[in-house]
Amino acid sequence: MEKREFHITAETGIHARPATLLVQSASKFNSEVSLQYQDKSVNLKSIMGVMSLGVGQNAEITITADGDDEADAMTAVAETLKKEGLSD
Amino acid sequence: MRTMLKGIAASDGVVCGQVYRLVDPDLTVHRRAITNLDNEVNRFHQALEAAVSDVEAIKTRATKNLGTESAQVFSAHIVMLKDPELTTRVDAQIRDQQLNAEVALANVVQAYEHSFAGLTDNPYMQERITDLHDVTKRVTAHLLRVPLPDLALVDHPVIVVTHDLIPSDTVSVNPRYILGFITDLGGRTSHSSILARSMALPAVVGTKTATTQLTNGEMVILNGTHGQVMVDPDADELAKARTTMHQRTVNQKRLNRLRHHGTVSQDGVGVTLAANIGTAQDLPSILKNGAEAVGLMRTEFLYMDAAELPSEDDQFDVYKQVLTALAPRPVVIRTLDIGGDKPLPYLKHKPETNPFMGDRAIRQSLTHQNVFRSQLRALLRASAFGNLRIMFPMIATLDEFRQAKAIYDDERSALTVAQVPMGHVKIGMMVEVPAAALLADRFAQEVDFMSIGTNDLIGYTMAADRTNQDVAYLYQPYHPAILRLVNRVITAGHSAGIPVAMCGEMAGDPIAVPLLLGMGLDEFSMGAGSILKTRRLISQLNAHDLQALVETALNSASTSQEVITMVQAAVPDLLKS
Repeated sequence: MEKREFHITAETGIHARPATLLVQSASKFNSEVSLQYQDKSVNLKSIMGVMSLGVGQNAEITITADGDDEADAMTAVAETLKKEGLSD
Repeated sequence: MRTMLKGIAASDGVVCGQVYRLVDPDLTVHRRAITNLDNEVNRFHQALEAAVSDVEAIKTRATKNLGTESAQVFSAHIVMLKDPELTTRVDAQIRDQQLNAEVALANVVQAYEHSFAGLTDNPYMQERITDLHDVTKRVTAHLLRVPLPDLALVDHPVIVVTHDLIPSDTVSVNPRYILGFITDLGGRTSHSSILARSMALPAVVGTKTATTQLTNGEMVILNGTHGQVMVDPDADELAKARTTMHQRTVNQKRLNRLRHHGTVSQDGVGVTLAANIGTAQDLPSILKNGAEAVGLMRTEFLYMDAAELPSEDDQFDVYKQVLTALAPRPVVIRTLDIGGDKPLPYLKHKPETNPFMGDRAIRQSLTHQNVFRSQLRALLRASAFGNLRIMFPMIATLDEFRQAKAIYDDERSALTVAQVPMGHVKIGMMVEVPAAALLADRFAQEVDFMSIGTNDLIGYTMAADRTNQDVAYLYQPYHPAILRLVNRVITAGHSAGIPVAMCGEMAGDPIAVPLLLGMGLDEFSMGAGSILKTRRLISQLNAHDLQALVETALNSASTSQEVITMVQAAVPDLLKS
């Protein structure tokens, strides 16, 4: 299982556009990918789940990937977070 | 038995074709007893797939029309439809409670709505609930086997019939397949009409009953010049309509020869004929119609078509595209003119009893400075790519103009320090509040240019809401009171040595043009479809001779009708075609 923590730097948090792109990149993999924020954990392949967390600026989030392609899934998600200016 | 629908002539032209109703069907769902649960789950999954393929088609169309960035919202919709959690929850409802798919889906959407209701501090979340409703509506429609119309799904030429055309409807238009528009609501200056004119498509608005009287696939003749729709015409009438369409094409070809000409009156007075645009999508149409400049770019659609506040970079891209396309010709861009009548979901706006006289346009920009400043920065950065003029809307007092200008200067200095390349920018104002028209001589000392916005100036002067059909008769551009105000602004501008433009509908009106030319208006800005006709009209007018007509109209006319009679007598031959 892959697990990484991220600090959200974007002023608007994880809003519509980046959330869509995050879900799109997680959905490309077989692994189960989840996003933990505060005491809640959601499926990163579910846009409604991601949205329901309301992740704002300066949030500390944890992403886990579990499955046969977990390393690739983590790399792809981390890249999207960086490319969308969500996290460093 | 053929019937005739009457409405308001909103955009010129005659066209015949089949009706396409852009009206949401009844999507009320009822609980039904389910016997085969597997079948019901399958039915739900098939409806989901059909909805995804609809949205894919809409997205492809929107990408073509507006670019990848603006079509982004549809990617979000597709991701929602493919949400595994949503699907699992609906499947579970069907199986555990023996619910039919429509009701199961409605329950799940409602549950999401409840869980999102707590996130009130986050406007994005509220907006996503609207999105969820939008996309699941499409699934429900497939489940109920009623088509949910969308202009992107049209694959043959049609006449669109709808309650009221909204900017987002046109996002997915394939221009090849849309012949014209018929709406229930609206007047000549409502957004439906402005959109139709900017697309140079015939339109009849304000028919009140078109959506209830017309059925899908029915043949109609739409006459946008006379404001009439003939339902189920016979062969003779169709032939007649086709002849009219043909004549228009011939006429248009003749007009097209004027495309690359300047605009000069018979006696050698040159004026600028400019176009009004709403988005970068309008560029091909205005260039094809020989626009010499952009006299008004409305920026509302940039904000209204977006699900969230457009970023500075997104705006910069659009402004840069327009400025580059027109360079070195000038482009006047109006800062955000939005208010309570068209509230933006991501900007908090208090309900107002009278939004047209409320917190709107420059008033809102001065109170929501973050939005205003980001727009000004995007404009300033884009100014390096063309000939930019910035115009502030709805200025009523000098103090407002000074404040707006100070904010502009502030942003400009900051960008200069950051060594961002910028072009020379002129700063002007819309004259649309009667107080500003009356005090135009004072404003003219401080602004670089003035542009008369006649739609609102007429509305505020006559105290009549332009969208209210009961008082639409008060929309009188030739009323002597309006003419006096317009003349006052032009004279004040010229005494101060600054140019005066007009960017309302009046600027392309064949009765008003001789008067405006006689008053010495410098720039006429209008919908693309009126440019060539106006250029031909002006080339046949003698500006110097028209000064006498102006004098008479200003000093001795008491009513609109008297003005019309005077103009028709002064230029009898020109106004017929």
